[in-house]
Amino acid sequence: MEVHEAHGETTIVVDTPRLEDAALHLRDERGFNFLSDVAATDYLGWGAKGVSGYIGTPRGRDLNEPATQGHQRLPRQKPHRFSVSYHLLGMRAGAPRVRLQAWVEDGEHVPSLVGVWPTADWHEREAFDLMGIRFDGHPNQRRILMDDDWEGHPLRKDYPIGGEPVRFSGEE
Amino acid sequence: MAVAPERPRIYEGTRIPSPTPSVLEVREDLQTSEDVLTINFGPNHPSTHGVLRLVVDLHGEEVVGLAAVIGYLHTGFEKNMEQKSWWKAITYAPRIDYLSFQNNELVFVLAVEKLLEIEVPARATWMRMLLAELNRIHSHLVWLGTAALELGAISMFWYCFRERDRILDLFELVAGSRMHTRYFQVGGLAEDVPAGFWDECAKFVEVMPKAVDDYEGLVDRNEIWLERTQGIGLLSADDAIALGQSGPVLRGSGVDWDLRRAEPYLAYDQVDFQVPVYQEGDVYARYRVRMEEMRESVKIVEQAMRRMPGGPWIADDRKVVLPPREELHTSMESLIHHFKIVTEGFRVPEGEVYVTSESPRGELGCYVVSDGGSKPWRVKFRAPSFVALEATATCMRQALVADMIAIVGSLDTVMGEVDR
Repeated sequence: MEVHEAHGETTIVVDTPRLEDAALHLRDERGFNFLSDVAATDYLGWGAKGVSGYIGTPRGRDLNEPATQGHQRLPRQKPHRFSVSYHLLGMRAGAPRVRLQAWVEDGEHVPSLVGVWPTADWHEREAFDLMGIRFDGHPNQRRILMDDDWEGHPLRKDYPIGGEPVRFSGEE
Repeated sequence: MAVAPERPRIYEGTRIPSPTPSVLEVREDLQTSEDVLTINFGPNHPSTHGVLRLVVDLHGEEVVGLAAVIGYLHTGFEKNMEQKSWWKAITYAPRIDYLSFQNNELVFVLAVEKLLEIEVPARATWMRMLLAELNRIHSHLVWLGTAALELGAISMFWYCFRERDRILDLFELVAGSRMHTRYFQVGGLAEDVPAGFWDECAKFVEVMPKAVDDYEGLVDRNEIWLERTQGIGLLSADDAIALGQSGPVLRGSGVDWDLRRAEPYLAYDQVDFQVPVYQEGDVYARYRVRMEEMRESVKIVEQAMRRMPGGPWIADDRKVVLPPREELHTSMESLIHHFKIVTEGFRVPEGEVYVTSESPRGELGCYVVSDGGSKPWRVKFRAPSFVALEATATCMRQALVADMIAIVGSLDTVMGEVDR
């Protein structure tokens, strides 16, 4: 378990097998009774060449090139490809918030927290649908925003924009 | 500040369906019955507020099974925002929720400002608060008009849209467009408030409380309205919290919780307002909460107008904020800054933040990750409407078909925000 503080926010990083224990502890012992959001993020290509927004050099985009303007340093490396962040709120004076975070590689599963906070139901379905993260023990692990027969997970970094097939284009 | 110690007893125990909290399954004794009819409500049904689809199992008139199906309006806002510079991504935020556009814009701008650690001038903060409250009234008016229309109160719709138009006129005056104003800028406002705005806003502040009296006069003690809203769509305080409900739905279930007071942002800690809370947990309670919130919002607008600070309306940070227009003709430096900010955009330091605000629909969150570049790495909105729809299966227990319309209406969902 690791705890970071940044921008006045606390992030608790736990290993996936201990996620449910950590969630129960935070809910029952620390009073974080409200799950506000579950946000999955794909860090594929994080800090690599060609990352969006870096200014190129005449030889192309290269972060390690001293002539590259702007950045003084590379972003800090992430432990795994995906993060799943649970944003918790304690409904009491001071409204304390905490971010419970788990890190997984592609194909690894995360334990479902629907049993801890029922509101996780749709949030986890959305993370599965758009990021392709599977939640063990979720009672209804299906796509929620995309069609049931959709291929791929649109919010992944390797899913191209404009990646959807064009219907009735004459090429079908 | 804290949650009311005495939780109202709307019903005993919990009504959240198990194992799937958002799906109401048909009771076992009815499953083999031939009397259960499964029908589709939506996605094209006028009273589903857009493209919500409800797969409903009916036993006679009674709703015995229910599953909400969403995604018909998924437009990939979050994916699109990753492709745009921070500056351009602001434009997407208001379009997510077309009724509370300024609140959505606000929460994204606040998140970027938190990453940048930029200080916003007082005038911009107060003006943001004023517009966010006007926007709250606007959103509640559209809700009231349409929700009442669904229950047969047609005249309400015209009255609500009369006042709504006045608010849109104010937005037009201040930002040039009636909806999706994109008036909030990282660091402050896009422009100073035009001189004529204060007189018009003062007129509105005078008219609005009387208009709310009118609405209440139309339905508050109307027999049909009471019959169709009281005791219907019950949701207890504990169930509401477990299901992540927020905003008027939560306060209609007796939980005294409002982020404007519990976790003050902008200048909400410097203005006086009440947080209406009702204990009944039914459709009527949610209606009452929204009516009183409109009155409270008018009070905040009035205070913000009276106490609006002078001075700059945008931060003086040339790395982030566009230089004043007139400088471009005389200063090479300003021209370079302008060019750099518009073409490649400003950079936001590496980090992740989660910012929340009290939108008309409840807790609106924005999770933003930056890799230090000029585009967001990840943007995720916590949409209160999305969460509100999770409660449909709990609220619909023992409801009749006609109640279903009232219940979905009372949750005040905007499908653009649900599907993003």
